[in-house]
Amino acid sequence: MRDVAVIGTGMTKFGELWGRSIKDIFVEAAQNAIEDAGVDHIDSLYVGSMSPGLFVGQEHLGAVLADYLGVNPIPATRVESACASGGAAFRQAFLEVASGASDIVLAGGVEKMTDGADVTDVLATAADQEYEVYHGITFPGLYAMIAKAHMHQYGTTREQMAAVAVKNHRNGAKNPNAQFRSEVTLEQVIGSTMVADPLRLLDCSPVSDGAAAVVVASLDVAKKLNKGFAKVIASAQSSDTIALHNRESLTTLKSVVNAAQKAYKMANIKPTDVNLVEVHDCFTIAEIVVSEDLGFFEKGKGGEAVVKGLTAIECGRIPINTSGGLKAKGHPVGATGIAQIIELYEQLTAKAGPRQAKNARIGMAQNMGGSGASCVIHILEAQ
Amino acid sequence: MITARYHREIPQRYRLEAGKCVKCGGVHFPPRRICPKCKGKAFETVRLSDEGRLVTFTVVRVASDKFSKQTPFAVGIVELNDGVRVTTQIADVEVDKLEVGQKVKLVFRRIQEDGKAGILCYGYKAILA
Repeated sequence: MRDVAVIGTGMTKFGELWGRSIKDIFVEAAQNAIEDAGVDHIDSLYVGSMSPGLFVGQEHLGAVLADYLGVNPIPATRVESACASGGAAFRQAFLEVASGASDIVLAGGVEKMTDGADVTDVLATAADQEYEVYHGITFPGLYAMIAKAHMHQYGTTREQMAAVAVKNHRNGAKNPNAQFRSEVTLEQVIGSTMVADPLRLLDCSPVSDGAAAVVVASLDVAKKLNKGFAKVIASAQSSDTIALHNRESLTTLKSVVNAAQKAYKMANIKPTDVNLVEVHDCFTIAEIVVSEDLGFFEKGKGGEAVVKGLTAIECGRIPINTSGGLKAKGHPVGATGIAQIIELYEQLTAKAGPRQAKNARIGMAQNMGGSGASCVIHILEAQ
Repeated sequence: MITARYHREIPQRYRLEAGKCVKCGGVHFPPRRICPKCKGKAFETVRLSDEGRLVTFTVVRVASDKFSKQTPFAVGIVELNDGVRVTTQIADVEVDKLEVGQKVKLVFRRIQEDGKAGILCYGYKAILA
């Protein structure tokens, strides 16, 4: 395989974009990424999107978007892996360039969630429809059951989970593309409406519209363009049982552990070599569990680490979700995995402004689908 | 819900029928064609135990439209006495008094209604033992 780099990025603001269509927001993000990269063409495109069919009644998204982006007749394919669709799309673009089949590929992600669909019902399609969803469970409910088990097993507290939301809103307030640019207090999180015990409204990522895109290219192309780029030093993906109840452990996400092992091996690094990480904090408990499963903290110590400030931008240990994470930046599901890559790119090329982490040389993005049935991890290195 | 989709799950929802791998003895619910433990492809039909304990649970306060009339309701993961785990509602309880580890029993209940003109959907729910 040959070396691959991210050479340009573009994204819309995340939020409730009622006046704009799925085509419109995707084309804006893709066009900005192509212009940012400074390339005159792309060889193919992948778009991650979880459920445009249910959200806006549109399938065949690859063709739709290639048409409106004006790049026909290049190959254009939608990639679906629930909330990990963006990460999976990026991985396909990476593999296509790494294999030598293409030199320049666009990896995008998009979701339009506020067009009136029963969002709780659509998101639930990422779980086992007949043996979980049939009984009325929701996604907040599935992560609530993980939270309850984690609290029971390790003594993780209500305040520790709330601290994740407080930190991520603090970071999101510094991100111009974030859905929520407001800080929240511990009291506000703990006092917000109960959604699925013990998770409250401010433990949950929001319903969002948004699109994000990056251009990936061979290292040779990246060097010739003579501008900032970040090298992709690992790409890994793992799967686990679709139903949460079939997992050996309810407090460890095996797909995350497995993908992380593969990614560290491919990049030839250890968790302590990573300078910052974007994790899939669809719910506050997810950030705690994932920060442990990626090897940054001992099992059961993830909650304590947040309260101690070890995951804050200015901490020096391991800043987590400098972008604001899914919690504050927003979570248009298919776009999330790509937006994580964009945050790494900005950090590694020192363009993150007030969110800039110190010594940002190696960054990791962890994107997952369902209650952890799939996980995609990428590691990028500054050049 | 399309009736064919509902109909084919009846052996599991009404009678707790599972598949026991002839090669390694692993019990899978619902039955599978390939044993994820040993890759065995031959199974015998067994009935799951209807008793077990609550491993974890939540109280759903915001549900999809289909379940919104039932809120708040408790959903948990129950480990049955034969080791198989299922996701199920916990019925007939004060949801705020549930605790991890409580002993439960699966009973036959109505689970959801398919709109005004659709079929009634049944299956198992847990009650405190």
